[in-house]
This record gives sequence, structure tokens and C-alpha cells, in this order.
Amino acid sequence: MKCKKVTGARAVVKALEGHGVELIFGYPGGANLPFYDELARSSIRHILARHEQGAAHMADAYARATGKVGVCTATSGPGATNLVTGIATAYMDSSALVAITGQVSRHLIGNDAFQEVDTTGITIPITKHNYLIQDGDELSRTVAEAFYLAGSARPGPVLIDIPKDILLNPCTPGDAGPPQMEGYRPTLKGHPGQIKRAAAAIKAAERPVIIVGGGIRTAASYQALVALAEGQEIPVVSTLMGKGSFPNSHRLYLGLYGYHGRIAANTAITEADVIIGVATRFGDRSTGSALHFAPQAKIVHIDIDPAEVGKNIPALIPIVGDADHILGELVAQLKGASHPDWLARLHRKAEKHPLADLSGDVTIPKVLRALKALCPDPILVTDVGRHQIFAAHYFPVDSCRSFLTSGGLGTMGFGLPAAIGAKLGCPDRPVVAVCGDGGFLMTCQELVTAAVENVPVVALVMHDNCLGMIRQLQHAFYDKRFTSCDLGDAVDFARLAESMGVVGITVAREADIVPALTRALEAGRPCVLDCRIDAPANVYPMVTGATLMDYIE
Amino acid sequence: MSQKHTISILCNDTPGVLTRISGLFSRRGFNIESLSVGNTETKGKSRFTIVVHGDDRVLEQVRKQLQKLIHVIKVWDITPEHAIEREHALIKVDPERGKKGELLQIITAVEGRIISSSGTLWTLEVTGDPGQVDNALNLFKDYNIVETIRTGRIALER
Repeated sequence: MKCKKVTGARAVVKALEGHGVELIFGYPGGANLPFYDELARSSIRHILARHEQGAAHMADAYARATGKVGVCTATSGPGATNLVTGIATAYMDSSALVAITGQVSRHLIGNDAFQEVDTTGITIPITKHNYLIQDGDELSRTVAEAFYLAGSARPGPVLIDIPKDILLNPCTPGDAGPPQMEGYRPTLKGHPGQIKRAAAAIKAAERPVIIVGGGIRTAASYQALVALAEGQEIPVVSTLMGKGSFPNSHRLYLGLYGYHGRIAANTAITEADVIIGVATRFGDRSTGSALHFAPQAKIVHIDIDPAEVGKNIPALIPIVGDADHILGELVAQLKGASHPDWLARLHRKAEKHPLADLSGDVTIPKVLRALKALCPDPILVTDVGRHQIFAAHYFPVDSCRSFLTSGGLGTMGFGLPAAIGAKLGCPDRPVVAVCGDGGFLMTCQELVTAAVENVPVVALVMHDNCLGMIRQLQHAFYDKRFTSCDLGDAVDFARLAESMGVVGITVAREADIVPALTRALEAGRPCVLDCRIDAPANVYPMVTGATLMDYIE
Repeated sequence: MSQKHTISILCNDTPGVLTRISGLFSRRGFNIESLSVGNTETKGKSRFTIVVHGDDRVLEQVRKQLQKLIHVIKVWDITPEHAIEREHALIKVDPERGKKGELLQIITAVEGRIISSSGTLWTLEVTGDPGQVDNALNLFKDYNIVETIRTGRIALER
């Protein structure tokens, strides 16, 4: 049966509704106005961000927090280029994002028309796939493919660029049906022979370690990982992206490893005889020099993306597939085991190298510890910088999908919009953003979004008047020649927040921390805490040499 | 060990597919030595033959990253022993009067052809595996080469 003709805009909105989209984050412009006109008549709620980058981060974080596909939209030209940072952020952290951009009408493409930019050309390297629509009849099928690609196997952003005339003109949407793509057939089940080899290696291991990355995102894989670690008594270390992949308060968890890793975690890697890397890409921030990485270890690498296996670190036993399945199989194949001496050694190491208690009245660790006491299980979102590493060390996260950070691209400005997106996706959970004063100012206009849409997020601005991580790097590697890292103290973040319709509270003394946090968490409105960090402090440990054991702390 | 590899890619023939493939090479720092692309027996499908330089690890990454492109259907690493490889070259020469006889003998020996002549200029063509084309070009050197062009390598498994 032929479907009725509708406009392209209607076809897109219908397709989005059909995929269960409840929220779109975006910003209108000339080329996507037909889409907005149709969106207004749909069941989908539109969140008007105050900058397209904010819209992309919101949709990205919505996806990270919920497990659904996040959708953002922008117009052609500057709208699309403003999305780029957000799309790249989602790409580097494998987040399921669909971006829909308006494009100039087909007859103008290539003419350097007003607000024309080669959006698909620009975004090829930062999307899992992208489309420039040439025919309105392709719209439904393309939306179906985009959602399938974005959310399946290793998730990632997919962009659909739609010329304005296609949005305006009639088309026949048709019934998309399940997407069939000859060139996209992900491997989901791990190879049974490889799983057996891995099980044998784990069984024979005397000093095993699990490295967990950001790819553990389902309850099944989260539980299977806990079962594997507990059943074999294997200590677990995580990457920054993997912080939310294993309960941090668990006795087997040794914390972050790598460049800013805990000493016990980096010791575990250095001394391990078997490493099980789960849903991690052995990124350079974690491994340090690949040449010196884990010199004694046989490496089992479990990942759904075959290109990640062996890319950075050679794996003895690669297993390509879904962690749900592979971890489940490993748990089923292995009898209980324990490694008391190994674990005791690492626990002693952890005791010998505790996290530093920083001096100062208001410090980032103090604020984070107070938050944990008041609100043990929030979705914690970070921005990028020194506070991000503090958050990774000082705030234990004990549930899945509850630590959102820009780990791959390291996008300053991610924190606040990401918190808004996460809160809209998970309205019943407290959502707290930890930001530095540098990154917060990059996207602080999204406070208006939070206020207008009444999204009660709490933003903690660790206000130390400097670009902390830059300062720390200049301290360590540039002979303390501090340059361009001084932000000055011009901004009163509480008043900034109030001016945008958000509750602003200043935390100037230690005694203010708990009352301010309590007020913010109970406000039922978006809140900014201007935490005046009186003595900016570097975050340690930090690896400064060739191996993970060349560190300062 | 770094060596030349021939990669064959079967992909959808859609706008932008060349950009996606060549962009992937430049972005990941893989150096393309030659690239040729054309239609196949199946409508809507193209085949690329790309020669890259690199060790086995680079080659594995190239293959895997290409395979991740949605429009790429299949990627083969073609080993010369199991494949037929061909290149085509056009050579414009300006032979001296007294040397034309010799040149004709060489053209016959390399199984080349004269496809056009105008004034004193001859345009020759040579087809063969890359070594044969190299040989032919080398042999023509003594006859005043004016211009040459060669296609990238194309290859099919036996």
C-alpha cells in the first residue's frame, strides 16, 4: 500500500515519534524552520538550548544516562558548525546521538549560499556515519538507519543533513521496516574458542587484573562484571570513562589507573600476569607509553569494536563481541578462585598511598565528600580539568550510567549542559555537575535553559580563579612558568546564576558546604554553588615519566 | 616489516564514498601509494584497489577501520601470489629519427602498442603487472620521454 504524501518535515517528525523520541535538544534557524514548524505539532518536547553545542551535549548526556538515543538539531551553516564540538565529544566517548541539521535547498548547494557549509564533509571524521538527504522518499528509512547505527554495537553519533526544500516538499515516507545494511553487521557473540582460551588464562592467573572502560552500560554487563570479579577475586581498575562501570566502594576496586591513576591501580597493572581489558580501548591517557605498558601481562581484550582490539596494545587473546554475552560466558565457565596474597599486596599499597587530604578551608575533596554523604547515588557529571580528576578520585560512584564525563575529547564546557540532558532523561535521580570556573564559563548560558525548562540540576563550580589543569602542567613541565592560566576573580557565580533565573549560593567557608549542598539538593530548582576554593591544589598522583610507576604524588 | 600491500575494497557506489575512504587514510596517518576505483559487475557497487605502505599492524588497522565504514561491504588484503595485478601506463615519447627501429622492437618486446602519433611524438601504451610497467618505462627512457601517466594498480584474487 502506498503511503499518503506528506512534507519532508512531517515525515522526519513522524519517523522520530515512531522511534519513541520524547525529547529533542536544539536551536532553530532558517534552514530547519520547516522541521520546527512540524515539531511544534508533535508529541516530542523540544528543549531550546542557548547554543547548539549545549544542545549536542544535552542530547549526548541524555543518551549516556538513559541508554536511549539522544537527538539534537540545528540549522545549516553556523548551527551545524556549533554542533561539531558536541558531536566529536559523543564520537570519542561512543555515545548514541542522532543529530539532524538543516541544509540550504538543493539548488543552492555548492554555491556558497547564505549559511551554507559542507556539514556532512565536516562531520565524516567525527560521526559513525552521516547522510546528506537527496530525496524526500529516503527520509523514513534514513532515520531508521540512523537510530539503528547510533544505538547498536559500539554506539556513536549519526548525522542527517536535510536540505530545506526536501523539508518543505511533499514526499512518500513509506514503511521503513528494519534497516538492512550490507556493510554493517556487528559481531555480538564472542567466539567460543576465544572465550575458552580466556577462561583458561584467567584460571591460570596468579596476579590477574580487570581493566574496565566506558563500554559497560547495561545492567546485565554491569552485574556480570561484578560476578566475574567476585567469583575469581580479581581486583578491578578503571579508566576515567570506566569509572561508572564497576561499584567504586567495592573492596575489589582499586580506582582509576593511568596518567592520573592511583598507585595501587598502576602497581596492579605493572605487576599483573593477566590483564582482562573489558570494553576499553587502552587509550594513551591510561596506558602511558605502550612500550612499557604492563610488561608481565598476557592481555585478554574484550571489545565490541574489532578495530580497537590490538590497535594500541597487542592482545594475546582478543574477543570481539558484546560484553553482556562474553562476561556472562566467562562467569559460567569459571569456578570460584581467590588470590589472597595478590589482593593483600595491592590493598597494602592502597593503604600506603591514600588520597591526600588537602589543606584549605573550602577544597574540592571536602565538597565532594560532603556531597557523597548527603547524596550517595546521584548522576555525577563533570566538566574537564583538574576538578574532573578530583571527582574521579574522591567521589565513589556505585551504579551504572552514573558518572558522565568527557573522557575522550576532553571538552571543557561539557558539564552543565550534560547535567541538564541527564536530568531530563532521569528526572527521578539527583544530577550534580562538578565544574571548574574555566569550563563552566564556556557554556554557562545553558543556565537559562535549566531555568526556563525548570531542570533542577545542581552545578558545583570549583572556583579557584585559574585554569587548574593548565596551571598544574605548567608547574610540572614548564618550570612553573605560569601563563594564561589566571582567570582572575571577576565572576560572582552566584549572582551570575541569579541573573539567569537560577538559585545561586556562595560557599566561602567550610561551614557553608553542608548547608549549601543541602539547600541545593532540596531546592527543586536549578542551583549553582559558587565554591570559593581558597587554596588551589594540584591533583595527584600524576605520571611524569615513561612508565606508570614514574609518578609524583 | 614495512612493505607494500594491495587492499581491495567492495563498497556502495554512493556520493562521498571516495571522501570517506581517502579521508580515513589521511586522518589515521596511512599513506596511499596508489588508488583506483571503478564500477563492478553489480550495479551500485564499486571496487577500490589501494596500495599502502606499512607493517602488518598498520595493515590490520587499515583493514579494520575501512570495514567500520558503513558503505564498505568487504575488504581484502590481496597478496600478490594469489592475485592478478595490473597497471596501465601511457607514455609520450619523442624518439630521434635514427632510433625509431629500436624503439619499435622494444614496444613489441614489452607487448606495448603505439596508440597515436602526431608530428614526431608517439603515444604508447603498456599494460602489465607493476613490475612489467616499471620495466617498460625504464626501457623507454632512452627515447626522450615527454610525459607519462600510469593508473593505480587494480587487482583481483585468482
